[in-house]
Amino acid sequence: MQFGIFTVSDITTDPTTGRTPSEAERLQAVLTIAQKAEEVGLDVFALGEHHNPPFFSSSPTTTLAWIAARTEKLQLSTSTTLVTTNDPVKIAEDYAMLQHLAGGRVDLMMGRGNTGPVYPWFGQDIRNGIELAVENYALLRRLWTEDVVDWQGKFRTPLQGFTSTPRPLDGVPPFVWHGSIRSPQIAEQAAYYGDGFFHNHIFWPAEHTQRMVEFYRRRYEHYGHGAADQAIVGLGGQVFMRKNSQDAVNEFRPYFDNAPVYGHGPSLEDFSRETPLTVGSPQQVIERTLGFRDYVGDYQRQLFLIDHAGLPLKTVLEQLDILGEEVVPVLRKEFAALKPAHVPDAPTHASRVAAAGGAKDTTVHAEGDSVTGRTAEAATR
Amino acid sequence: MSTRTLAVVSAGLSVPSSTRLLADRLTTATVDALRERGVTATVEVVELRQHARDLADNLVTGFANEPLRDAVGTVAGADGLIAVTPVFSASYSGLFKTFFDVLDKDALTGKPVLLGATAGTARHSLVLEHAMRPLFAYLRATVAPTAVFAASEDWAGGDAGTPALTGRVHRAAGELADLVAARPPAAPADPFADPGTSFEDLLKGL
Repeated sequence: MQFGIFTVSDITTDPTTGRTPSEAERLQAVLTIAQKAEEVGLDVFALGEHHNPPFFSSSPTTTLAWIAARTEKLQLSTSTTLVTTNDPVKIAEDYAMLQHLAGGRVDLMMGRGNTGPVYPWFGQDIRNGIELAVENYALLRRLWTEDVVDWQGKFRTPLQGFTSTPRPLDGVPPFVWHGSIRSPQIAEQAAYYGDGFFHNHIFWPAEHTQRMVEFYRRRYEHYGHGAADQAIVGLGGQVFMRKNSQDAVNEFRPYFDNAPVYGHGPSLEDFSRETPLTVGSPQQVIERTLGFRDYVGDYQRQLFLIDHAGLPLKTVLEQLDILGEEVVPVLRKEFAALKPAHVPDAPTHASRVAAAGGAKDTTVHAEGDSVTGRTAEAATR
Repeated sequence: MSTRTLAVVSAGLSVPSSTRLLADRLTTATVDALRERGVTATVEVVELRQHARDLADNLVTGFANEPLRDAVGTVAGADGLIAVTPVFSASYSGLFKTFFDVLDKDALTGKPVLLGATAGTARHSLVLEHAMRPLFAYLRATVAPTAVFAASEDWAGGDAGTPALTGRVHRAAGELADLVAARPPAAPADPFADPGTSFEDLLKGL
């Protein structure tokens, strides 16, 4: 099982000091957090994509490439990649590029994005959200698996004889997760392709997550990718820890009360009861997290949100230390002991290359360009 | 004898409230009218005052907490609805509106609904027609033709009310009972049932 963190890249005022970090400061903090994640033994770092303040992460592949260059083992992912408003051609190119630079340590999580104004900024309409997710992803897959693509659809200009470069590393595209909080159509899409399904989990009651995951598993089996319990499931989680649970509650409460998404609403106690939010001791986080398995089954990836709502970098790094030293080693051991042998691990580049029968060079060499008439072979002579 | 469930939503704030009093009058009359039509009705009352904070939380978090989920489930799963609000600033109260804001937009589709409102003066009575009826038309509910308004003067005659109020209550209850008895029992749609169309159809539909 993989453990990691996901961030939305929000720039939020620290409610305890009234101080708001600059973009430069917050961006550097996220780079530090990502490197620290590898240092403390976590497996995954996932970065969100947003195109409006208070977020900085408009260009995730740039950031992830920097992190890839500074890390050795960390799996890089997204939370999420906007499959609705990004041109699927650009997603295919950018993430194949990142995959090469990161030596295969890349996967993606597709999301629709729920901020209405973003759509028209990129020439789209939120009312077409599901249709965009369906069409764009179908094209993205073809761009990664077919060397030359002829294509016509509803939402972008047609393609004729188009080759997306670079071709995926070793001939194997990055693994894809589909993230959705409430749309069964997206769980259906993940199941249809045999891709992973990630439930954000942290904003809604567990019974809702349970129903979405159950539906995905049932449809995964229906489409013939394996048994329902072999479907690839990821979950979010949200934690804040101190040695003594009351210290954790006291320290986190002002951040909770003023948090961008749920702040100024329910109490910390109510929200902790209704959602997976766990504020307390490392042992409480271990017990709560192990409990997720009771309603979603054996799953492959657990990501925690630990750096939002204006928490200072120093605090976030302390949280990472606690996760790495006290929480994740226990969770790894306990989850592994519970998992039956026929339930797969989360796919990695290595496992996908092996499943494809080994690495292939799929470079498409141009036969000749229309400007000079020279071929690639002639140019190297 | 067949059975149906009636949900009653009351947005009254004081205890006792004239809004709840009107809701109870409408409910009793509807249960009687259903019995005359061979239908046994069970009644579940949602007092919105008890969910004031739950509703505010739902606006912020986007989900209903457990007590509110039960209330929403009661209304969504009922065969008929009696909805009564006090008039605040020339319309239904904010609390009343918030409940119908957080309800799934399809939860009331086709559901028989009886509307009621209360105020200090009969000069507000068109709130039923100008504010409440359009709201429930938007939600595609089947609204009974008679909606019942009760002002202070309607209660002045004591518990039994004025003959005029009693007459309106009975006419409205009869209309709701006709609508409820004529429909098969409610079966809420399950968004997680296996889809009727395959993903291939979704792809082809583009």
